[in-house]
Amino acid sequence: MLKNNSIKPVSHKKQKIVSSISTHTILIIGAIAFMFPLVWMLSTALKPLAETTKIPPTIMPSKFMWSNYKEATTAIPFWKYAKNTLIVCVLTVIGTLVSSTLVAYGFARIQWKGRDVLFYCVLATMMIPFPVIMAPLFVVFGKLGWIGSLKPLWIPSFGAAAFNIFLMRQFFRTIPTELTEAAKIDGCSELGILIRVILPLSKPILLVVALFQFIASWNDFLGPLVYLTREDTYTLALGLQFFQSQHGGTYWNYLMAASSLIVLPIIIIYFFAQKAFIEGISLTGLKG
Amino acid sequence: MKKNTENLLKGLLFISPWIVGFSVFQIYPIYKSIYYSFCQYDVLNPPIFVGLKNYSNLFHDEVFLKSIVSTGLYTIMAIPLSMIVSLFFAILLNQKILGRGIFRTIYFLPSLVPMVALAILWKWMFNGENGILNYFLGLFGIPGPNWLGSTMWATPSIVLTGIWGVGGSIVIYLAALQDVPRSLYEAAEIDGAGWFSKVRHITLPMISPVIYFNLILGIIGCLQVFAVPYIMTSGGPARSTYYYTMYLFDNAFSFLKMGYAGAMAVLLFIIILAVTFIVTKMTASKVYYAEK
Repeated sequence: MLKNNSIKPVSHKKQKIVSSISTHTILIIGAIAFMFPLVWMLSTALKPLAETTKIPPTIMPSKFMWSNYKEATTAIPFWKYAKNTLIVCVLTVIGTLVSSTLVAYGFARIQWKGRDVLFYCVLATMMIPFPVIMAPLFVVFGKLGWIGSLKPLWIPSFGAAAFNIFLMRQFFRTIPTELTEAAKIDGCSELGILIRVILPLSKPILLVVALFQFIASWNDFLGPLVYLTREDTYTLALGLQFFQSQHGGTYWNYLMAASSLIVLPIIIIYFFAQKAFIEGISLTGLKG
Repeated sequence: MKKNTENLLKGLLFISPWIVGFSVFQIYPIYKSIYYSFCQYDVLNPPIFVGLKNYSNLFHDEVFLKSIVSTGLYTIMAIPLSMIVSLFFAILLNQKILGRGIFRTIYFLPSLVPMVALAILWKWMFNGENGILNYFLGLFGIPGPNWLGSTMWATPSIVLTGIWGVGGSIVIYLAALQDVPRSLYEAAEIDGAGWFSKVRHITLPMISPVIYFNLILGIIGCLQVFAVPYIMTSGGPARSTYYYTMYLFDNAFSFLKMGYAGAMAVLLFIIILAVTFIVTKMTASKVYYAEK
């Protein structure tokens, strides 16, 4: 009996080591698979054209062609597209923050008749997929004279999207009412309370919503494809696609250089705001 | 009484951006989709009422029927694969392992890459002649198929491309996994439960609401798949990757058949509602909600 007891912890420990090694092996193989395409993108971006289709392929470029980046950004009006993209992103983030804080405050901190019913309506609108409304929206934007401009991409963000309203409302509700009651007694208006009391306490959620909106706009493809009919208003995601067809898909090195330039800002933002990202995604997993 | 009215006005004033946005950019277009679906409308001329003609035409339209089948096939392939991969890695990454933070970053990063860049990159890697994937398979003596040029492999290729973006789901699962009480695992270990039975009887039931949420969002996303196939295959070969949204897009903007596109939009909405309803019914008994 005693012997048995003394053996058990040892085999348990052994088992733990084996399981740890196998876990690591699987994770490393997975990590290589997940990282490889990015590495391949960067490697191709720096190769001379002839080397991009060479067999056997090389991971390390034989010659680092930094000029590919220059070529890629001059072969198409890259910086113009970048500017358009940035305009859309910034205006969308502003629109989202302004509208969803106001709406979320109305749902979270003011008591009024029919509020909760209407809030369920807001949540239900998350079920409306963009492809369902994109064609009639085109007609609406056409009548407003917005087609061919960037307006269809950013003006709707001032109309508050359900998901952001939901996230902000959840957050606002966690702020103690004592804080706002005091301000109310001092004669502060609702808008004043929102700006002076609620917003300063809501920086984390504002950052999360802003980040996600920025990335969504930066990466959006279908919206620009539908509404941007003039080449000088193209965003990067759209411009890259046209870059591909223009060059018959053969200038892989330029294409990868341009692609990596589009990915880069997002990666930089990720490393600066890692914590907000992870929190944001956990929130979107409906934990809140 | 007076206070109630005042609050109602205040509340409505605060939510007015949503009311305006919802009316102009959602309700009105939905109403228009329904309206156009009963019309022949080419944008340039006023709509002509044609009754149910668009709908009856759809059911005789081989391209439409094929797009439903291929979208269904894509969804059936993509959903289980992406769920298994994301859950599997989330469970591994939730253990106390060396370099956990680095691993989590590596798995998450690709999901930030814009769809367009992702699609172009994979199109390049899937190339049948000089793509890196077939070279790699060749090292093991496996002759790789002409991925995107083959009716058999084009959809699986697009599904594989999607796997690269499961990082977001992994993070959602990780957040859920952290809420599973340790004590449950300890109790199970005392009862002699192994790794697999712990996953099966504790982990999966405890995070089932999140799995359900991801499942619904995943299906809705798959039914609308557009950017990746549009860029990688343009719907080919032989329309094998010509999915629902692509045909809807072409009807509206290439063929200027807004009425036809409207009927497709209405049907897509009904399909999504129906699938959500069915999945919710089917999983109801399996989703576990702790009392709160």
